[in-house]
Amino acid sequence: MGLDDKQKAYVLRQVEERDIRFVRLWFTDVLGFPKSFAIPTEELEAAFEEGVGFDGSAIQGMARVQEADMIARPDPTTFNVLPWRNEQHAVARMFCDIANPDGTPFEGDPRWVLRRTLQRAQKMGFTFYCGPEIEFFLFDSPTSPRPLDHGTYFDLTTQDIGSEFRRKVISYSEQLGISVHSSHHEVAPSQHEIVVRFADALTMADNIMTFRLVAKEVANEHGLYASFMPKPIQGEFGSGMHTHLSLFEGDRNAFFDAADEYHLSKVARSFIAGLLVHAREMAAITNQWVNSYKRLIPGYEAPVFVVWGRRNRSALVRVPMAKPHKESSTRVEYRAPDPACNPYLFLAVVLAAGLKGIEESYDLPGESTDDIYAMPAEERRALGIQALPDTLEDALALMERSELVAEALGEHVFEWFLRNKREEWETYKAVVTPYEIERYLPLL
Amino acid sequence: MYAADPEQVAGVARDLELLGLSTQTFTFADPAPETRSDLVCVFTGDDAPGALSFCQVLGKEDAMRNVPLLALVRIEHLRELFLREGVFDDFLVVPYQLAELDARMRHLLWKAKQGEQTDILSFGPLSINLATYQVHVDAHPVDLTYMEYELLKFLASHRGRVFTRQALLSRVWGYDYYGGTRTVDVHVRRLRAKLGEHHNLIQTVRNVGYKFAG
Repeated sequence: MGLDDKQKAYVLRQVEERDIRFVRLWFTDVLGFPKSFAIPTEELEAAFEEGVGFDGSAIQGMARVQEADMIARPDPTTFNVLPWRNEQHAVARMFCDIANPDGTPFEGDPRWVLRRTLQRAQKMGFTFYCGPEIEFFLFDSPTSPRPLDHGTYFDLTTQDIGSEFRRKVISYSEQLGISVHSSHHEVAPSQHEIVVRFADALTMADNIMTFRLVAKEVANEHGLYASFMPKPIQGEFGSGMHTHLSLFEGDRNAFFDAADEYHLSKVARSFIAGLLVHAREMAAITNQWVNSYKRLIPGYEAPVFVVWGRRNRSALVRVPMAKPHKESSTRVEYRAPDPACNPYLFLAVVLAAGLKGIEESYDLPGESTDDIYAMPAEERRALGIQALPDTLEDALALMERSELVAEALGEHVFEWFLRNKREEWETYKAVVTPYEIERYLPLL
Repeated sequence: MYAADPEQVAGVARDLELLGLSTQTFTFADPAPETRSDLVCVFTGDDAPGALSFCQVLGKEDAMRNVPLLALVRIEHLRELFLREGVFDDFLVVPYQLAELDARMRHLLWKAKQGEQTDILSFGPLSINLATYQVHVDAHPVDLTYMEYELLKFLASHRGRVFTRQALLSRVWGYDYYGGTRTVDVHVRRLRAKLGEHHNLIQTVRNVGYKFAG
């Protein structure tokens, strides 16, 4: 029996022993929304053999009507019992890969987009590891961003509903195989952060999807609402998803070089350079909503300028100070993404940018130690420091011209994404905002 | 050791002590003990059907899982055993020879140990059922992925032995896994998280690897 067969046999046995009646099959649409359908456990063996057919035409970015037949193939390595169901009738979930009726991988499946980029890394001898810091807000309803507390960074308050909430989120996450490093109250009122320990990129993308569901599920149990919206409260910090990245060649951290003054290898330097060169083109993927760009402004520790640094917290790429003799922890932190991105597409484009840097031996510009915000615009221009796009519209224009992003996403996702996001921008552009009424109506 | 009344209990308990076994005594009316015994003897006394019903209830206690039960039966009650075979693991006719009691108990203990060795690995609060792939901590089921389960099983069945990451990779993953030994660290971390307060069962041996310390 091959490993794959053993894993399937294990899943079938678990389902029987734990009296599981239904298995939820999860996948993700192009915008990063989780999709799920349930099959009775009697169907599971057949699902492993042949996959489960479904109509893809109603799913965002999946398929045109004439090619609506899709097949979901459950991945047995992602089998997990959902911790929030009672034990007599446990419900389990598995992530799926989506295939065409002829069995070939479906181009519009974000999991495939990431898998394909990971295969490229593998051909170059690399394994890609990631660890995100996921920020989000806790509100009492999805209709109004009213904070539940007035806490701030690392606050420990009595009767803090947030800490009870975080405890449960961590417990559920760990039962679902997400290793949580730490959690704390973030800077803004009602804002929380969970730091997830590294895992390989595909597992991590699955984990981020799972984590968002866990947070929403636990909030719901408390009569609350968890939001991953990048900037829900004007004038407060927004929610980012700083993500730590590293490449390993087998057991060796390919980013580490003891001889280098920053302990960064040539590979690491070119990888970072790749991130910097392509950051603006990738912004529509790492920051995919109109609202994402309300977070990327000066004054809230969100990155605005395309620079790297070690201590500079306004930098787009930060290289955390490595502990001496701690080779394995050498990594780079990419600070643009927000937690409302599609994690598969985000990790795919970021990896593609880094690999491109390595392939083409991009040179790393000097470290930025100054506060770039405070620098006059002319000086920035003279130094060649660029800014991330200001709006979704700018980001889309940059992405449209990007060969790197087109190649990483594949034609299907690239085109669908641009079309969908342009529509979003057009809709937004037509809205007369409260700002305009307040400012202009009394005046004009 | 169980019997209907203290006098009957004491009679058999004396014999057990003669055989050098440490014995706790209970009547049928006593609450079930929480500690697990290696073996349970029940003297069915005057009311054999009642005593065997008691055995049936007792057998369902958590503390009785995989604990063999020896029924001591008067010869005139032998027919009561008919259709109640699932309630006891062996029986002995009273009055018995001390040597026979000894032999039967030894045999039951040996069989129970064999069963444990093949099917259940148990370390304090942790039990791993190798036949059904089920893992329990403090009697609660723990849900593991296949690789987490295989890793735990491997470490637990070589308790105390230190394995390098490389050794674990080739022995547990069993093929030339591409990801390198960091995969082992990721899985160990996930396993520990799922073991909760008993995460120390898997210990890191600095600069070497991991070992199971149950």
